[in-house]
Amino acid sequence: MFHLQGITKVYRKRRQEVTAFRADQLDIAGGEYVAVVGPSGSGKTTLLSLLGGMLSPDTGEVLFDGQSLYDLSLVERTRLRRERIGFVFQTFNLVPYLTALENVQVPLYLGGIAASEQRNRASALLEQLGLGNRLDHKPGELSTGQQQRVALARTLANNPRLILADEPTGNLDPESREAILSLFDGFVRDGRTIVMVTHDPAAAARATRKVLLRDGAIEVEPDVSRSAA
Amino acid sequence: MNLRTLVWRELSERPSAMLTSTLAILLGVTALVAIRHVTVFSEREVGTQLQSLGANVLVLPKGATLQDYYSADLTAQTLPESHVSSILLANLAGVERLSPKLCVAAKVGDRPVTLTGILPQSEFQAKAAWQSVSLFSNKHEGCTKAACGPKTYDGAPESLATQRTIDQLKGNEAVIGADVAEFADLQAGRSIDLFGESLQVLAVLPRTGTVDDSRVFAHLHTVQRMTHAGEVVNAIEVMGCCEDAAGGLVPKLIELLPDAKVVTISQVVSTQVGINRLMGQMSLFVLSILVVVGGASVASTISSNVRERRREVGTLMALGATPGLVTRMFLLKALILGLVGGVGGCALGLVAAMLLGSQWAGVTVTPLPDLLLIAIAAALGITTIAAYWPARSAARLDPCCCFSDI
Repeated sequence: MFHLQGITKVYRKRRQEVTAFRADQLDIAGGEYVAVVGPSGSGKTTLLSLLGGMLSPDTGEVLFDGQSLYDLSLVERTRLRRERIGFVFQTFNLVPYLTALENVQVPLYLGGIAASEQRNRASALLEQLGLGNRLDHKPGELSTGQQQRVALARTLANNPRLILADEPTGNLDPESREAILSLFDGFVRDGRTIVMVTHDPAAAARATRKVLLRDGAIEVEPDVSRSAA
Repeated sequence: MNLRTLVWRELSERPSAMLTSTLAILLGVTALVAIRHVTVFSEREVGTQLQSLGANVLVLPKGATLQDYYSADLTAQTLPESHVSSILLANLAGVERLSPKLCVAAKVGDRPVTLTGILPQSEFQAKAAWQSVSLFSNKHEGCTKAACGPKTYDGAPESLATQRTIDQLKGNEAVIGADVAEFADLQAGRSIDLFGESLQVLAVLPRTGTVDDSRVFAHLHTVQRMTHAGEVVNAIEVMGCCEDAAGGLVPKLIELLPDAKVVTISQVVSTQVGINRLMGQMSLFVLSILVVVGGASVASTISSNVRERRREVGTLMALGATPGLVTRMFLLKALILGLVGGVGGCALGLVAAMLLGSQWAGVTVTPLPDLLLIAIAAALGITTIAAYWPARSAARLDPCCCFSDI
């Protein structure tokens, strides 16, 4: 699915340069469940942004299904993200003034789906995730676990084959965390690919592969128990 | 879910913030609409007066001051009535009719009215015949009367309201204004008591919206006798044949009556014209305030809104929102602010103009649809232009800001 070759990403601030991420080569195959671990500032989120087509590298190329991601125009990359990539955020990033149903409708609207179809698909997804009685609740009226499930429903709305998750269990209680990780396991069983940035060893342990980052570089890839390489 | 829902939900979440951010636009449009409405109707009033009275000249006592043509004769100073004969005998070119007036305060029941003595045209004809002069037949050179259309005089007493003269009025008759008829419950054929004498009501004038509505018109000599005023008048209205005549008559009248003040309607309304010009300039000033302050306010609101919503915008972009859609999202918000400010400002400005129009300029104001549409369009234009750059900056946001540790 992904092939990263000769990548460097450098941030420049106040005449100082910091290499946020570098990788001579990194491959992620379709159906993999990859946990990206490492200390704060090691480049985990930079890697996630590079994979999501949101941050162009200074050198190298990111191939997504054989296509160079950053040779695509901004609009083409946006369309690719909308159709094939789902994001899960640590702080859920739900739109606070929209209801749970409307939040899930957002990617469907962006995908050009008709309003009635949006409502049907969004409510079905929320029902699946046990939130059928919370459709008209705003994020502020939901528990953190419920908010993350709404965010997951939003992620799944366009049926993406790739899920990029940024600390998806970071703000959750143990019970909600387990529920989310179980859903992730299910996604992988469905054949989706997950790249998950996490600090949580228990969450990382559920992945089929770990990528350890330190100071912007892939240090080791010791735990190679690939499920679909 | 669509763009409209997305924008409206965000706006309706904090309606007070929306109203605050549109306040400058709202106040600017309010002031603009109010001033322009009053100015337009004031200009129309001046235009109407110039059109209907443009050919008229007023002969007043030397020390008289006036701001309103219709109340020009309401002055304590007087002129000798012999001036009327002097004008008649001079047979000045361009004069069509004369109307001397003497005004005295009186009461009908317990309500104050103005008793106005006037001289019917029949008396001028009699005087002309007696003096062997041809009455008002001396046309001036280059008379444009024909170009302005025939100026015919209606013989009905009610025409006094518009023609400023009456053909026939006996010594025991009176013509009353609409207000007097209303509060004294009078109509033609009834009698009205003034200064211990009874006058028969010849006619009730149609409502004019001027001081004439509260006048009782009687024969000049009757009023002089009733009030022991002597052979004097407060003003002589000289009706010219056309507007060109008015200008030519003034120097001749000044020469003929050196102890009198001679003014044209253009001079009477010159103060109002000056105020209208000032209000016109004021409306341009208000428009510039609206552009600068309203525009800056909207630009600041949208800019801070973009800063507050960086993560939300980043998330929407991560989910597949194009930069164009993000731009449209903020522009639509600005358009709604402009619409609220524009429509609200129009409503408030119109109410203010309708309430204050009569006090500011003595005019009745009704809505001017074209002006209201222009004001709303201006508000929308200003907000859109002001919001364009902040909206573009939102579209250029790094979508990575949706992640927590960036």
